[in-house]
Amino acid sequence: MQNNILELSSITKKFPGVLALDKVNFKLREGEVHALVGENGAGKSTLIKVISGVHKRDGGDIKYKGQNINIKGPKHSRNLGISVIYQEFNLVPYLSIAENIFLGRENMKGKAVIDKKDMYQKSKKILEDLGIHIDPKTNIADLGVAMQQMVEIAKAISMDSDIIIMDEPTAALGDNEIEELFKTIENLKEKGISIIYISHRLKELWEVADRVTVFRDGRYIATHPISTTDKDMLIKEMVGRELKEQFPPRNVEIGEEILKVENLNSNDFLKDISFSLRKGEILGFAGLVGSGRTEIMRCIFGADKRDTGEIKINNKKKNIQNPQDAIEAGIGFITEDRKKQGLVLVRSVKENISLTDLSQVMDGIILKDNKDKKLAREYIDKLNIKTPGEEQEVRYLSGGNQQKVVLAKWLIKNAKILIFDEPTRGIDVGAKKEVYSLMNELAGQGVGIIMISSELPEILGMSDRVLVMNHGEIAGKLDIEEANQENILNLATKE
Amino acid sequence: MELLKKIRDSLGKEFGALTGLILLSVIMSLATPYFLSFTNLMNILRQSSLIAIAAAGMTFVIITGGIDLSVGSVLSLSSCLTAGMMVSLGWNIWIAVLLGLIIGALLGILNGVFITRIPLPPFISTLGMMGVARGLSFVYTQGAPIYGLPDSFKYLGAGMVGPIPFPAILMVIIYLISYFLLNKTKIGRYSYALGGNEEAAILSGINTKKYKTIVYGLTGLFSAVSGMILAARLDAATSVAGDGFELDVIAAVVIGGTSLSGGRGKIVGSLIGALIMGVVRNGLNLLLVSSHWQRVILGLIILLAVTVDVVRKQSSEDQDGTLSSFVANLRS
Repeated sequence: MQNNILELSSITKKFPGVLALDKVNFKLREGEVHALVGENGAGKSTLIKVISGVHKRDGGDIKYKGQNINIKGPKHSRNLGISVIYQEFNLVPYLSIAENIFLGRENMKGKAVIDKKDMYQKSKKILEDLGIHIDPKTNIADLGVAMQQMVEIAKAISMDSDIIIMDEPTAALGDNEIEELFKTIENLKEKGISIIYISHRLKELWEVADRVTVFRDGRYIATHPISTTDKDMLIKEMVGRELKEQFPPRNVEIGEEILKVENLNSNDFLKDISFSLRKGEILGFAGLVGSGRTEIMRCIFGADKRDTGEIKINNKKKNIQNPQDAIEAGIGFITEDRKKQGLVLVRSVKENISLTDLSQVMDGIILKDNKDKKLAREYIDKLNIKTPGEEQEVRYLSGGNQQKVVLAKWLIKNAKILIFDEPTRGIDVGAKKEVYSLMNELAGQGVGIIMISSELPEILGMSDRVLVMNHGEIAGKLDIEEANQENILNLATKE
Repeated sequence: MELLKKIRDSLGKEFGALTGLILLSVIMSLATPYFLSFTNLMNILRQSSLIAIAAAGMTFVIITGGIDLSVGSVLSLSSCLTAGMMVSLGWNIWIAVLLGLIIGALLGILNGVFITRIPLPPFISTLGMMGVARGLSFVYTQGAPIYGLPDSFKYLGAGMVGPIPFPAILMVIIYLISYFLLNKTKIGRYSYALGGNEEAAILSGINTKKYKTIVYGLTGLFSAVSGMILAARLDAATSVAGDGFELDVIAAVVIGGTSLSGGRGKIVGSLIGALIMGVVRNGLNLLLVSSHWQRVILGLIILLAVTVDVVRKQSSEDQDGTLSSFVANLRS
């Protein structure tokens, strides 16, 4: 039996309103590839951040190379020999490979001059050890994604890392590149480096991993040698929770077709997307992050260009070129990232709410402050937005209340089609329930709702029909009666 | 104290700038007996009006998160062309002035078009326009001032309405209009929104290109107004007029508390900012401080004004405990 290089026991991490890690255990052996799997929000990323020192743990012990340690920050963890390769690389595009590998740790000739020759030689050696023959003077900007990833790995090796953590390393790679990566990982293993491997693509685990640990809802579920388990078993463990009664019942007569999208293609990614939406219906869009769900909605809303594709609203063809056209046609878009796309954080609740339709608070060309305030107060009451007043800047509100301000923006517009992109991400349970009730109420009024969600219970609890996306294509359409977590995950992850 | 708090609340961010203005005025009137005379105060208003008027437009631009470096060049080109129409071509003054203003507005709109359609960063687009307009001004005048402007035109710069200089009246009118546009119309509301978060503004269905273009057009127009006043006061239009003007105008807006990162700011602040600069220049002149030292002192005032603003904002956020909740929100 090999030694454990890293042992985590009873790790707990709390965020306001959420217990992100609940007494989690995790053991990593020397020279093994250990996969970490779980749904979004299961606690994988949080655990990584605790190990790499980004988050401080609230409880539990970390044992590294047999010693109890206290990781003080990212730099400390790097010095200990723990490197993380995130999905977003930390590379400077207009510096060379070698300069990136040794960034911040340059070898010096004397006090002020960087020893470039030495740097290039060392880089070349590391790269060649990895089986890569490339001039280390090449700029990062001239490299493809796969090669950039190799540079990150080289960087980790140059720091004498004993543990390398890879967060979704195959997400942006093609098949050949994935094969190359797996060879490199094999190579690292032979050097005795331990790897924590996070992936949503379950199938590849049998090619690369030695053991797998499953997390669910911030809790440790199980660890298996990869050969003793299979995909179905992992999926069961990942989703194994009971559907709680958090979804208020809905009793809505589903009406005629309100939106029809035909043969939407865009950007060599979205392929042949066709679907329809009816009045009073909630259509769930499931799929992995990056499977193309948001991209479809941005095309429909005119925020991104589409190559082909027809959009019909109430059976009439609409030529939507920009968000103004979409709003004109009766579509509202509650975006995924409320801070970046939904709200003007430095302006007031009042100004944010009336932004989609100033004409309601105007007389001729003049903004009427009393109308503006009245409208804001109406929705603050209606949606139970907790704010000291309508003049409060929205950046001071909590996530759930910010989300309600975004909802209010579109409610004042009386949109007939509402797109909810991850409507409950990062908001607490109480606010979630309010959002669900509101969606039901809107459906009851005949609004057609599209809901993108990465939380399967939410998809199953709220939708009338489920559409599963996979790599820019519709992998399946399921009626709610036939949909369950297993068949959705299967469609979403099949290659 | 009660009253002070009321004033403070109603003025918000301008409170700091207004306090500064009053403080500086008190210091100047103690330092020199000539400062606090009616004639001198009117003189300050007249001198401040040039920067203040262009600063009204610049406030809109900076609120949208942009910048306009071409205001000084636009001032020069529009005033030289207007002077040329009056002096060389003998056109009617009012037609010449109107055309000059239109030229200013068009130059601004052109900035807006480059910024929204190509799209170029505002800094680059207006830097280019700064060179082009200045250069055209030299080309047109061949570097020589245009003298002999009609008397009725000179009224724009030197005229008095009762005891008050005409440019000061014009300044007040422009600030009333700007206040209205910024606070009571779509132009202002959308400027704040797109300066605060352009992506959110676009996704809320706002035609951000249109409103950005309007805002640069407005700045061009107001710069041309300043150009008319300057030419009228000097009785000459020159290609070198308004050299370095853009920095004074930006300084006035920044001293007035408008944030260069966009989304926040008030029009009254820019007026106060311009008056602060006017008071300092005037007072230092009266005290016979050399213009070289004046530059140093004005530079320090800009640093001080922004520092006070930054520190005040931090401390008020800490007191409410909102800064920490804001950070917590960001993390979630």
